[in-house]
Amino acid sequence: MKALAASRRSRFAPALLVLLALILTGAMYAAFAPQPAEAAAGDATEDVEAGQELFRTNCATCHGLNGEGTDVAPSLIGVGAASVDFQMATGRMPMRNNSPQAEAGPPQFDAEQISQVAAYVASLGPGPAIPSEEMVDPATGDPANGLALFRTNCAMCHNAVGAGGALSEGKHAPALWDSTPTEIYEAMLTGPQSMPVFNEANISPEGKRDVIAYLMEVREPTPGGVSLGSLGPVSEGLWVWIIGIGGLIGAAIWIGAKSS
Amino acid sequence: MSTEQHVAPAEAQEPELFENPGTEEHRERLGDVDPRYAKANERLIALILAVSALASIGSIVAYVALPLEDLWSVRNSTLFLGLGLGIGMLGIGVAAIHWAKTLMSNVEYVEERHPQRSDDEPRAVAADMMKHGVEDSGIGRRPLLKGAALGAVALAPLPYVVPLVANLGGDWNVGAFRHTLWGETPEEYSGRLPDGSLGRRLARDPEDTPIRATDVTNGSVFHVIPHGLNEHEHFYEEKAKAVVLMVRLDPDLLHEPEEKADWSYNGIVAYSKICTHVGCPVALYEQQTHHLLCPCHQSTFDMTDQAKVVFGPAKRPLPQLPIAVDDEGYLVARADFDEPIGPSYWERLQ
Repeated sequence: MKALAASRRSRFAPALLVLLALILTGAMYAAFAPQPAEAAAGDATEDVEAGQELFRTNCATCHGLNGEGTDVAPSLIGVGAASVDFQMATGRMPMRNNSPQAEAGPPQFDAEQISQVAAYVASLGPGPAIPSEEMVDPATGDPANGLALFRTNCAMCHNAVGAGGALSEGKHAPALWDSTPTEIYEAMLTGPQSMPVFNEANISPEGKRDVIAYLMEVREPTPGGVSLGSLGPVSEGLWVWIIGIGGLIGAAIWIGAKSS
Repeated sequence: MSTEQHVAPAEAQEPELFENPGTEEHRERLGDVDPRYAKANERLIALILAVSALASIGSIVAYVALPLEDLWSVRNSTLFLGLGLGIGMLGIGVAAIHWAKTLMSNVEYVEERHPQRSDDEPRAVAADMMKHGVEDSGIGRRPLLKGAALGAVALAPLPYVVPLVANLGGDWNVGAFRHTLWGETPEEYSGRLPDGSLGRRLARDPEDTPIRATDVTNGSVFHVIPHGLNEHEHFYEEKAKAVVLMVRLDPDLLHEPEEKADWSYNGIVAYSKICTHVGCPVALYEQQTHHLLCPCHQSTFDMTDQAKVVFGPAKRPLPQLPIAVDDEGYLVARADFDEPIGPSYWERLQ
């Protein structure tokens, strides 16, 4: 006890106390923080029920208690499982802040919870289902046909190789470098946010798979040298003006400077 | 030199208040005073030249040694050839400049310029020769030859100039933008309308397959070409004029004037994809705002309101393609665009 009293005045004491306080706060938070509603996997009905539970806790504030939509968010009746899977697996929903468009980010639910919410929303009305593994397998697609489809239907917003681009009033078409084949398929099928819908009659399932094959193909490193983000004249122009012309000016200054 | 009559007096050449500072005082370099620095610079230059020589040799070694099998090996070969060539040339340049700056004499001195005017005697001789030559040619006495020579010389460049200028335009037909393939209705690529007339079918770009009205769901966007376009002789020219963007909107959202009420079908509207500003393909469609953006200069068109311009430099709405459904359920164009597509030009409405 005496040792403790003496070490009270040690210069390490404040730091130690702060550390202890932080650990205590963390432990209290872990013990008392509200847990996200969870449910075990089961058959379809159980999934729908668990999904409804998750929906009511996490989505209903904006989308309405039964997904019927409110002034601030659209109705989810008939959007299908594909839409829910895309929005939640890319972390766009639940929307984190009120910005021009919902930004992608780390998903806030695990795959099982997402499939439960998807099952619930799919039960509200018929809509596009989540594509199977085989439908999105880039190995079976034709990248050349995918290029032709991508060039006509997608490249104007998403850039010729899917590097993304700007839209109006702060909205933008995201880069597709990290999108999974399933997400790409679902986005075409459901038309999230500003993106229009490309239904199966517009771009056939085989066509969609070709587009995916093309996008996977352009992710391969290119022997053509540094792509500078594939952003075209913006990054290439910056490089030329700063590095290229800067280098020439530096050389001119060195040539003109008198030797000491 | 007899230049004194052309050189103005000194006080007129220079303003009164300005004093010529003369050449700067010469400052000796380290290498000029200390032979050790000169020697060090000499070694440095020799080193740079040696690097240059090694790089040149390395370039040849890379050319011989690196295999050319796939694109990656081509890239490596090109990279090392280029590096060797570049470092070889750069080394020579850098060494030459460093040599000139540090070792060669840098004492300033003034070199007077020669007067441009020749002496009087050669001038008189030259003038004499010219006069004699003109008299000898008889150009003053033979006006026929003078005219014929001038005419021939004036016409000689025309065979070069006329095709050069004429090829610039390629086609002087200013009415070309008035008519697109939508106005042509070959039997095999058209559908029959309820009133018995033919209409060119709308087809998907690039597959060229006809589109049913039921395929176009709400929020969809279709990039459309005239059916059978790919078989056309002037495929690219016709495609550049005829491309269309088609969307389906909630019919309640559409603002349609009375005379164009039957130009859309159940909320499906089709507009020319060629911007009325400078002719870029307008294709960035925002599903939620129903706005169509042009990627070149951000002109924005409202698809619910006759493709009216809501932002940007375009001055006219996009021309609308009147559409209907034929007896087999396919979408067809009822007629060609009713105005020239694309940017404005002087003779547009003639």
